[in-house]
Amino acid sequence: MNLKHLISRLLSVIPVVFGVVLLTFLLIHVVPGDPVEVMLGESASVADSAALREELGLNQPLMIQFGQYFNKLAHGDLGRSIHTKIPISVLIKERYPATVKLAVVALALGLMIGVPMGIYAALHAGHWQDFVITIISVRFSAMPAFWLGPLLMLLFAVWLGWLPVSGMDSPGAIVLPALTLGFGLSAILTRMTRTSLLEVLNDDYIRTARAKGLSERAVILRHALRAALLPIITIVGLQMGSLLAGTVITETIFSWDGIGRLLVESIEKRDYPVTQACVLIVSLSYVLINLVTDLLYQVADPRMRHA
Amino acid sequence: MAKTFAITILVFWLGAVLLARLLDVHGNAIDLQHILSAPSIQYWFGSDDLGRDILARVLRGAEISFLVAIVVTIVNMAVGVTIGLLAGFYGGRLDRLLMQVTDVFLAFPGILLAIAFAAVLGPGMLNLVFALCLTGWVSYARLTRGQTLSLRHRQHVLAAESLGASAFRLMWRHILPLLSSLLMVEATYSLASIMIAEASLSFLGLGIQAPNASWGAMLRDGVRYMLVAPHYVLIVGLSLMSLILGINLGGDYLRDRLDVRSTQ
Repeated sequence: MNLKHLISRLLSVIPVVFGVVLLTFLLIHVVPGDPVEVMLGESASVADSAALREELGLNQPLMIQFGQYFNKLAHGDLGRSIHTKIPISVLIKERYPATVKLAVVALALGLMIGVPMGIYAALHAGHWQDFVITIISVRFSAMPAFWLGPLLMLLFAVWLGWLPVSGMDSPGAIVLPALTLGFGLSAILTRMTRTSLLEVLNDDYIRTARAKGLSERAVILRHALRAALLPIITIVGLQMGSLLAGTVITETIFSWDGIGRLLVESIEKRDYPVTQACVLIVSLSYVLINLVTDLLYQVADPRMRHA
Repeated sequence: MAKTFAITILVFWLGAVLLARLLDVHGNAIDLQHILSAPSIQYWFGSDDLGRDILARVLRGAEISFLVAIVVTIVNMAVGVTIGLLAGFYGGRLDRLLMQVTDVFLAFPGILLAIAFAAVLGPGMLNLVFALCLTGWVSYARLTRGQTLSLRHRQHVLAAESLGASAFRLMWRHILPLLSSLLMVEATYSLASIMIAEASLSFLGLGIQAPNASWGAMLRDGVRYMLVAPHYVLIVGLSLMSLILGINLGGDYLRDRLDVRSTQ
C-alpha cells in the first residue's frame, strides 16, 4: 500500500470523528426544557441542581462548552454518572469487554455458519440445496434481534432446556445472545461466499488447477476460496459495526452486562452523560473498525496496493 | 409467485387495519377475567397481561407502524434527494461539503443514534419521527448524488441547459424523473427497515407510549410473559415478520420490474 494513500485515509477520519463528537455533544442539548431538571427530577434541591449545572458546564456559552467537552475527551475524561458519581470511564471499562466478547463470538459463529453454507450452496449451484440455502439466507437475514432472540430463548432455553435463559454466569450463556447477534451476519456471509465463489470458479486459473490434476478439495479450499475471501473481509468489517449497535437489544433481552445494556439503563435512569458516553464509544469503535477494514482490504488484495 | 404472495400479504394487512378502523376496534379494553389467556373463540390471538385483545392491539400496532414508516420515508426521501441532487448537480466545493456531512452520519450505526435521540427527546410521535429520520436520509443522498453525477452530463440535460432551462428545472424535470424508479425501490425496502427500527425503539420503551399499542412494546411484554404465555410473543413476532416479508417481496418485485424497463 502506498504511503500517500495511507495518510489520506487516516486524515479522512478526522472530520468524521469531529462530527461524531459534535453530534454526541449536542445530545444533551436537545433535551426539551432544562436538562438538569429532567435528569434530577423536579424535587431536586437548588444546591444539587446548581452543582450539576456547574459540573456539566451548562451555564457557559455553547461554544465554550463544546471546547471543554472536547478537551476533557482528549484527556480520557468522560465525566461522571450523575446518580452514582462513578467516573464514566470506569463504567465503560467494566462493561466494554463483555460487549466485545459477545461481538467476537457472534462474528465467529457467523463465519462458522456462513462460509461453509456459502461454499456448499456454490458447489450445488442450481440444485435444490442451493435453492433452500439461498431462500433462507435472503429471507431470514432481516430477522431483528427482538424477534430472533425470544425465538431462540423459547426453543433452546424454555422448551429444550439446553441453555440458560439469560445472564452471564455459566459458559453456555453466551451461545444464545451470540447466535442472535451473529445470525444476520451468517446469512449475509452465506450469500457473499456463494456469489464470489461462483464468480471465481469460472476463472482460467481454476481450470488450470483442475487440469494439472489437483484434487477438487485443494482446488476449492486453496485456490478458489482464497480469492473469494476478499469481499468477505469487507463484509465482516462493515458488519462488525452493526454488530456493536445490535448489542443494545440483544444485551437487553439476555441480560448481558455489556455497554448496550449500560446505555439502556442510563436511559431509564435519565443519566444522560452516561448515555452520551456510550453512544460516543460505540460510534468511535465503529469508525475505527471501518478504517481497519479498509486498510486490511488493501493489504489482502495485492492489486489494490498499486492502485 | 412472489408478486401474488407479496400482494396477498399487503392487501391482507391493509384490509385488516382498515377494517379495525371502521369497526372502531381499539384494543384498550381491560378484561381481568382473561389475563394472558390462550387463543380462543372470544380472543382469536389470545389476550395480554391486562386481558386486552391481542388481535385488536396487533392491528392498531400495524396501523401506527405503517403510519410512522410512511411519514419517515417521505421525510427521508425529501431531505436525502434534495441534498443528493444539489451535491451531484453543482459538484465542487458544495459536493465535498455535503458528502462530508453524510460521511459523519454514515459513521454512526443508525439505530444507535435513533435510540439516543428518542431517549433524550422524550416520548411523542414527532420525536420518534425525528429520531428515525436522523440517519435515514443518508442513503437517499448517496444514491441520488451518484446518479446525478452521471446524469448531469447526459445529452438531454445539456440540451435543455443550452436552451436556457434553469438549474431547478434541470434537476426537477430532467434528472429526477430518471431516478424515480430507483428511489421507489429504495423507499419500499426502507419501509420495512423503518418498521423494524420503530419496533426496536418501542421494544426498549422509547417512541410510542402505553396505552397505545405498538409491536415493539408488545414483543417486550411477550418476552416478559414468555414462560406462561408463549403465544403472545410468537403471534406478535410472526405478524411483524409476515408484514416485513410482504414489503421486501414487493420491493424485489418492483426492483426486477423497474430494472427490466430501464434496460430496454
